[in-house]
Amino acid sequence: MDFLVFQYPMITIQACLDGLLLGILFALIAYGMALQWGVMNIINIAQGDLVILGGYIAYFMYLYGIHPAWGVIVSPIIMYFVGIAIYKLVINKVVDRDLFISILATFGISILFMQLMNFAFGADVVLANSGYGTTMLFDNNVVLPNSKIFSAFISIVFAICLVVYMKRSKLGRAIRATAQNARAAKILGVDTEKVYAATFGINAALCGVAGALISITFTIHPYMGLPYTIRSFMIVIVAGLGNLPGVAMSGMGLGIFEEFADYILGTEFRIGSVFLLLVLILVYRRFKLSRKREYLK
Amino acid sequence: MNKNSWILYIGILVFGLIAPFIFPAFKVQLSILCVLIVLATTWNIQGGEMGYNSFGNILFYGLGMYLCASVQVGMFFPLAEWTESGGEKTFVHTPSQFFQGMAVGLVVAAVVPTIVAGLIGYSILGLRGHYFAICTLGLGVAAGEISGGIEIIGAGQGFTTPPFPNIGGLEARGEFFYFLSFGALVLTFIAVRAIYTTRFRLILNAIRDNEDKAEAMGIETMKYKISGWMISAFFCGLAGGIMGGLVGYIDSTDVAFDGREMGVFMVLMAILGGKGTLWGPIIGATLFHFFKEGFWTFFLGWQYVALGVLIVVIVIYFPEGLMGWLREKYPERFGEVVDEADRKAQVELK
Repeated sequence: MDFLVFQYPMITIQACLDGLLLGILFALIAYGMALQWGVMNIINIAQGDLVILGGYIAYFMYLYGIHPAWGVIVSPIIMYFVGIAIYKLVINKVVDRDLFISILATFGISILFMQLMNFAFGADVVLANSGYGTTMLFDNNVVLPNSKIFSAFISIVFAICLVVYMKRSKLGRAIRATAQNARAAKILGVDTEKVYAATFGINAALCGVAGALISITFTIHPYMGLPYTIRSFMIVIVAGLGNLPGVAMSGMGLGIFEEFADYILGTEFRIGSVFLLLVLILVYRRFKLSRKREYLK
Repeated sequence: MNKNSWILYIGILVFGLIAPFIFPAFKVQLSILCVLIVLATTWNIQGGEMGYNSFGNILFYGLGMYLCASVQVGMFFPLAEWTESGGEKTFVHTPSQFFQGMAVGLVVAAVVPTIVAGLIGYSILGLRGHYFAICTLGLGVAAGEISGGIEIIGAGQGFTTPPFPNIGGLEARGEFFYFLSFGALVLTFIAVRAIYTTRFRLILNAIRDNEDKAEAMGIETMKYKISGWMISAFFCGLAGGIMGGLVGYIDSTDVAFDGREMGVFMVLMAILGGKGTLWGPIIGATLFHFFKEGFWTFFLGWQYVALGVLIVVIVIYFPEGLMGWLREKYPERFGEVVDEADRKAQVELK
């Protein structure tokens, strides 16, 4: 237990800012989760592993002397095709089946990815050094790495691009139509199979962006995927499907919660507190709904 | 129960009793197989029969593992000093202390998770479908992460369970743990088989098929859901306690709350054999154990890759499992009366 947070306001500000910048990244991943959940009705446990894979792409660019910030462009392009490949191989067989099947199948993909990344990239914790330096605020009491600010900025840019794309483009309209009613969309001439593939590809690309940013700002490790999946799931269930401002807000809230949990409980309980928070949120919603004799579905 | 099934049961029992003497080199493997069957069978109670697919039974398994070892140590020696010393044998259990500790430990390991399941059951089992699945997944991982931060049970460095007393060497150790796990298996089988002949199973099936209707019919579904989960927890805890002694070393995320391995294995074994049947999980666990040992022996290093592929293949192509496939193929053998003309007509309709 460390009560420094309450005695020393600068740490509070530091934690809030860190959490905010981190939360924007989470919101980006969660947006991909909400997209595929809403459109294809699948829950992708391998979401976090796609993020980590995207991070490794940026890391490799860094290793070969290219500035890792370019990973923000390269990683989504590669991840888009990875996403399409996963869709063609596995996801298209689970789309209209029971959700549990999709959870288990993507769990399998997650284990597969974890191990393949472990082989390919080694089990070390790595980060791509962007060399962006830091910004000092409040008489040098609050330290903000510029890479975090950069990553938050890029996340917002991508999120805005995506929203505009979904609103304006033909494919975006088709995706939204399929999410509303897949059968009706099919009747009206939308190739839902293509829409599904594109959705999963876009989701993977978003994961790629987020992963590249995470490899710059934080660290990546082959086995770190699952917490990202759980975080994005949590953000989506708090915000609801198709509620983008909600996703952004709850993402930032989660980021701040995590930073405070880190300070107060200690770093060893950080991931544990995230998972526990998920359980608590679900239980809270369950009790809230059960008053009206409803349940989460 | 007819004569044939009695012969089958007695045959299996006799085989189980003499197996460690026929295959002395595989005692540990056979013990693990018994534990896996226990886990798969009890997962099936709420996963298959009740329709609540849980990833969180690993919670009870890990809890049982830690509890059994802690009780076994804590009854005779200070627990904190034991874990502090790591693998160093500063304290040695005498044989009688070891067995007493194990006996009490196993009882605690089975009872406490049952109580925990009862306590959290009301909150967690109000969630349905995939929310339940994800919530229990979170519960299992959270337990692993949190227990990895608790000093008294070894935190990150792990917990060495009391070594087997120096009587009879490795042979005796293997036989002891084999018969312990085989005993647990027999106990589980008898209990589950007894449960499956009662109204309780029908209620669980009703919950699986349509919970709202079951409630409308006047069944207090929550009560039965919690009981079902508690039964699962009891045997999971027991299996965990035995496994802890067998492995000899407990680590929070790699052995006890190993959602990535054991937590998925139990789901997979039940699905491979066929959810919602008595024999399905048993057959599934046996097959899976062969698969797994094959992978771990011949593809060392690639085992998780193979495992991931296996999960995807099983889930996509055999969601009904072996028993489901057999049932489709030979429905008469499962006591279903099939009108051939009707069946053909149905096929054409599709």
